[in-house]
Amino acid sequence: MQNDTILTMRGIDKQFPGTRALSKVDFTLRKGEIHALMGENGAGKSTLIKVLTGVYEKDGGSIWLEGVEGEAHIHSPQDAQKLGIATVYQEITLCPNLTVAENMYIGRTEGQIVPWKEYEKKATALLNNLGIPARAKQELNHCSLAVQQMVAIARAVDMNCKVLILDEPTSSLDDKEVEMLFSLMRDLKSRGVGIIFVTHFLEQVYEVSDRITVLRNGELVGEYAIEDLPQVELVAKMMGKDLHDLSDLEQIGSKHKAEDEIIYEAQKISSSESKPFDFSIHKGEVNGFTGLLGSGRSESVRAIFGADRVTGGKVKMKGKEVKISKPHDAMKAGIGYLPEDRKKDGIIADLSVRENIILALQVMRGFFRPMSKAQMEAFADEYIKALNIKTASQDTLVGSLSGGNQQKVILARWLLTHPDYLILDEPTRGIDVGTKLEIQKLVLKLAAEENMSITFISSEIEEMLRTCSRLIVMRDRNIVGELTGDQLTQAQVMKTIAGGGQ
Amino acid sequence: MNAKKTRKAGGIGQLMIPLIALGVLILFNLIRDPGFFSISLSNTGVLTGNLVSVIDSASELAIIAMGMTLVTASCGGQDISVGAVGAIAGSIFVCTLQAMGRITIWSVILGIIFCIGVAIMFCCFNGTLVSVFKIQPMIATLILFSCGRSIAYWFSGSATPQLSSPIIVAMGITIPGIPVPTPIFAVVLMGILLSLVFRFTNLRLYTQSVGINQGAARLNGINPVMIKMLSFVILGVCVAIAGVIGVSRIGQIAHQTLLVEIEMDAILAVAIGGNSLGGGRFRVVGSVIGAYIIKMLTITLYAMSVAPANVKAYKAIVIILIVLAGSPVIRNRAAVLLNRFRIGKETKAAAKGVN
Repeated sequence: MQNDTILTMRGIDKQFPGTRALSKVDFTLRKGEIHALMGENGAGKSTLIKVLTGVYEKDGGSIWLEGVEGEAHIHSPQDAQKLGIATVYQEITLCPNLTVAENMYIGRTEGQIVPWKEYEKKATALLNNLGIPARAKQELNHCSLAVQQMVAIARAVDMNCKVLILDEPTSSLDDKEVEMLFSLMRDLKSRGVGIIFVTHFLEQVYEVSDRITVLRNGELVGEYAIEDLPQVELVAKMMGKDLHDLSDLEQIGSKHKAEDEIIYEAQKISSSESKPFDFSIHKGEVNGFTGLLGSGRSESVRAIFGADRVTGGKVKMKGKEVKISKPHDAMKAGIGYLPEDRKKDGIIADLSVRENIILALQVMRGFFRPMSKAQMEAFADEYIKALNIKTASQDTLVGSLSGGNQQKVILARWLLTHPDYLILDEPTRGIDVGTKLEIQKLVLKLAAEENMSITFISSEIEEMLRTCSRLIVMRDRNIVGELTGDQLTQAQVMKTIAGGGQ
Repeated sequence: MNAKKTRKAGGIGQLMIPLIALGVLILFNLIRDPGFFSISLSNTGVLTGNLVSVIDSASELAIIAMGMTLVTASCGGQDISVGAVGAIAGSIFVCTLQAMGRITIWSVILGIIFCIGVAIMFCCFNGTLVSVFKIQPMIATLILFSCGRSIAYWFSGSATPQLSSPIIVAMGITIPGIPVPTPIFAVVLMGILLSLVFRFTNLRLYTQSVGINQGAARLNGINPVMIKMLSFVILGVCVAIAGVIGVSRIGQIAHQTLLVEIEMDAILAVAIGGNSLGGGRFRVVGSVIGAYIIKMLTITLYAMSVAPANVKAYKAIVIILIVLAGSPVIRNRAAVLLNRFRIGKETKAAAKGVN
């Protein structure tokens, strides 16, 4: 073992009923290193982390920690904490109504009397030391999400952690906040803390990490120094295949003709959440709404579907005027909508995969016309196969699937209704690279082969540039530009968002 | 592979604990007194015995538990005014019959229809508070819970009129020539009706969707307000039928004692039946089994000559055990143990295969 190694995991096995989640996985973390743990959803990243933090007990293998004689025994999160392994999760797990200092020391006090004054001093010193822009006496919910995350990290640092695990820390932060977090990570690195960084954002991996360990299907693919593994190869390693799939995608493109029939047309449509806007989409066209988070892109498509209270506007579907004031109207008119927040608005977690798939079609058929069991099973089977949904059975509760598969179930739900116009709001958020590609391909295929009109929204501009033939750019709840053809470049989108377009 | 445990829907899983509890109760009684379940034909041609009285006396509870299951599933809360609304319905039934003068089959049918209508009206009042104004179900129904029996008393002209007619006796006790008590038929009828509704409409799918994720249900074209109202309407029908049975049993409207404290037993039946009181997935059969468990328990305790004043305490002990057995903590523990056992077997089998 090298001197600077602080954590060694060898031959880690973990089994769940019916599946082998980890099989002979090795992982090594060195002092003062940011080590990215990569893999698609279900590759075993979170299982490995949960074994390390004592949430799960491993079935085989050994763990050694620097400064611990022999094998480290980690049977509970408390054990892990005592050994200097700290975890900061995606969702903040602090108490928002307590102060920063209280959050840093809560649950760690000894004795009856708590020396809060002293703690506040210590907290201030540490916050200054780490350059975290927060005051010790400030209430935590007055801090931005990024700062809250940093406070969680500061808490870990104060507990003298040697190994810091950051599980998707950046998913709800904006670019500036991510930069703040990264400089803190670099600072900790220089102090000799080993950081395990789990994220979906490839660019971020390359920005801060020194090393990458890739997992696939519960097995170790390899450990690489960052300079030895170009981004394209990383994606290939995670997916276990070559990337010619990606280039295929660019060739397909979306190609509808301007003279094609207009499927959906709205004039001055508005809702309680969005300002009036005009919008139309042709048959077989894939368009996108882009703009920063909070620019009103989601609110606009929600207005189209009648998801919020519609306050005005005229809507024509295939040239005929229709009134859409609630989701059911939109569905009857032939519109489908995959919502932005999968967990909150999309899945019905405690219903089975089958029930989730047939739900929208069933509602369209009406309350008094339930499908037969055989029919439901046939539909569910068809789409589980067509979209390659990984589920143990049709009866599995959808809440127990991985994020990407849940998203596919909702997609199946809407495809089953054979809509003329399908709205996909962030269909690729929080899911693994392979599924992202699958969904993009599917969108293009639906438009090309079935002449479906599709609105595709994504936070990742590259994704939209690849799939959309027209981009509507929004800023502050207004449409500020429309890009087509040659204008579809990242630079042009940025310019338009910034206000210097055309 | 996916590291999360995959959970399955449907199957017998949910009914496991109520069925086991019922089985244990039956077994306990058989050991204690092998003749406990013996059924005999009395000289009036009616089946008698402990089993018959359990099933007969649980009728009102079983019927109300059916409706309570739906309200629980769609709203994630319970209606505690069922006993009071039942008293109102019973009172309306008696009033209608009195107003019509002579008691005939037709006046009885009209009375039932009329009291179902009134019960639906009162339940819709609850339903409106819950679904439109989004008041916590228990708070919303607290209003009728506290004033319902006074309304019933007021409806029947501040009196406790009696009904004496062979038709009423036939409804509340037995129909001459048929050895099975009539209320049991009412339960069967309601059960069949409800399963027909489930068979020919999407009530189950819609109710579960609204109960699990109201926002997502709305985005799929379901109207949550309507579905919640509908569950209250169905509860209204159940409550009215239970009220009519209660009145017919004694041939009198007793405002203060008709279906008294049935709300808590009904909620308990839903819980024992393995249904989440937070809404979502449900099995009506489970609640009905729950109702029979509660009554069987009561009658067992009486048969063991426990003093009536102590019955509730003993009942509570057994119910704590059943509810604990169905609690998520115990269930998860059991699942973990079961999985360990299975994995142990798998690895052993694998090892054998290698050798």
